[in-house]
Amino acid sequence: MSRENEIEKQYARFTERKGRYLWLAALATLLLAVLGLALGPSSISLSDLFSLFGSGGEELHRGIVMQIRLPRVLAGIVSGIALSVSGVVMQSVLRNPLGSPFTLGISNAAAFGAAFAVIIFGAGSMNSSSNDAVLIANPYVVTLSAFFWSLIACFLILLVARHRGATPENMILTGIIASSLFTALTAAIQYLADDVQLAAIVFWTFGDLSKGGWRELMIQVIILLPVMIYFYRNRWNYNALDAGDETARSLGVNIGRLRLTAMILASLATATVVSFYGIIAFVGLVVPHMVRRVIGSDERFLIPGAALAGAAFMVGCDIVARTLISPMVLPVGILTSVIGAPLFILLLVKGKGGAQWK
Amino acid sequence: MITLSGVQFAYNGFPVIKGITHSFAKGSFTALLGPNGSGKSTLLRLINGILTPQAGTVEVMGRSVGSISAREMAREMAYVPQMQYNTFPATVFDTVLLGRNPYISWSPGKDDRRITAEILVRLGLDDIALKDLNKLSGGQRQQVFIARALAQQPSVILLDEPTANLDLRHQHEILLLLGELATGGITVLVAIHDLNLALKYCSEFIILDDGQVRAEGGSDIFREELIEDIYGVRTKIIRHEGEMFILPTEPL
Repeated sequence: MSRENEIEKQYARFTERKGRYLWLAALATLLLAVLGLALGPSSISLSDLFSLFGSGGEELHRGIVMQIRLPRVLAGIVSGIALSVSGVVMQSVLRNPLGSPFTLGISNAAAFGAAFAVIIFGAGSMNSSSNDAVLIANPYVVTLSAFFWSLIACFLILLVARHRGATPENMILTGIIASSLFTALTAAIQYLADDVQLAAIVFWTFGDLSKGGWRELMIQVIILLPVMIYFYRNRWNYNALDAGDETARSLGVNIGRLRLTAMILASLATATVVSFYGIIAFVGLVVPHMVRRVIGSDERFLIPGAALAGAAFMVGCDIVARTLISPMVLPVGILTSVIGAPLFILLLVKGKGGAQWK
Repeated sequence: MITLSGVQFAYNGFPVIKGITHSFAKGSFTALLGPNGSGKSTLLRLINGILTPQAGTVEVMGRSVGSISAREMAREMAYVPQMQYNTFPATVFDTVLLGRNPYISWSPGKDDRRITAEILVRLGLDDIALKDLNKLSGGQRQQVFIARALAQQPSVILLDEPTANLDLRHQHEILLLLGELATGGITVLVAIHDLNLALKYCSEFIILDDGQVRAEGGSDIFREELIEDIYGVRTKIIRHEGEMFILPTEPL
């Protein structure tokens, strides 16, 4: 065998290992999804659960699974994919390991946009009870408003990146500024709201997967599917961009268009999650880095890997949220922050030789 | 091959390139020389289409650079910027495979991997194919970047100070390799500071000063008065066994 063939074979084995991780991650997501359907305040045995997808099973269980848990688990999967892949793409196009919808202030901007649509445009109705504190009457207006305001944050980031460079310091400072600004604007809206509206909006800002139903899920899938295909289509270009703007340009990448489109679409993906479920922090930051540690930063594997790991992380967090102090259900956004923040610190401290990011 | 006609460029109104006209023949190995700030890196960026001239034209294979798409340009011309680091870890194989980007429509194919493996073996990088690029020495990294440029299968390679921060052995290895590429028909243009290295390996020379061409041609353009005038250093030009050396004696 020639030396060239040996090298090709070594590389093939190297990439096959990454492929195996993807299968494992898919299996983990599937298992967690099944657990997510079975576990909750009213536990359903696995045999009962599987019989529900045939013709058997109890009617009560069928209602719980089909009307409550299945859309919730699917919402976790779809939102986990959206936030994680958006984080991967933002980190890549900004060449910044701290990029994520939450750290860059895009989540807060989208949250403000959603609250703005609900209160000012009357796109939602208010209840004072917990799980349905805000009922989204017009999800299109809410999503559009969330997207619009997340774009404002996105352009702010691109403006700073263009003039001052997308260094970790600049991006984090811009993220703090954007987050503070949109948190203040959300507070201003809350100040104008009546007591019921105020309680509802405060509750709504906690990310919670129970807020959406089949309709919201459908809208998410329709928006996110082409966005994710676009991201995956450009995975090789994101690899090129990681080598630097000039190198990427010399490798045939239209960097201006790639960066702008990626940031806009990542903002849109974030907005669809935030507008339906509220702010779910740390998923877009922690999951990409966890996956980078396992399979590296080659976007061909990182994008699908982060999508699967993000889905598993969200569904797993939601299971904990539903079972930790059952029968009470915690908003999943609280869990992702409580788990995600220390996990990120651990990743920073335990980094391979501390030289993982340059 | 590459033709510059009256090229001018200014950063924020500050002129950096002031009307350069020059032609590079196929297979030439040209050293772009000049003191810091003379416009060497800017000229490379203009030739590669990263920057657009504010006056004059840059033509590659008879076509204006501005009319060539980035992807098409990447098949024709490779560019190796000064030392660079990836934000995230990448293997040597993946880095060189990136050079196939202008040919890849969906994902790298069998041919792309084969070409990558061949280049790695040719440049002696096969033993470190799966190593993290950021953990290599400066010399090895520079070789990897040249390998990536070769994976583009270009007819022109531009390099911005490829020997900066390299030890003596790597400096010579890199320039020897570039000389071989030029002999193989690739047009090589290298911005470089070391006059003696340039004299040893390059066949053509352009000396820039304040954004203008002060001298161009073969090694006979080097004169002690010219170097003193451009660099502000007195030198002595010595010929030994058919080779030419420039020895600095004292600054002005």
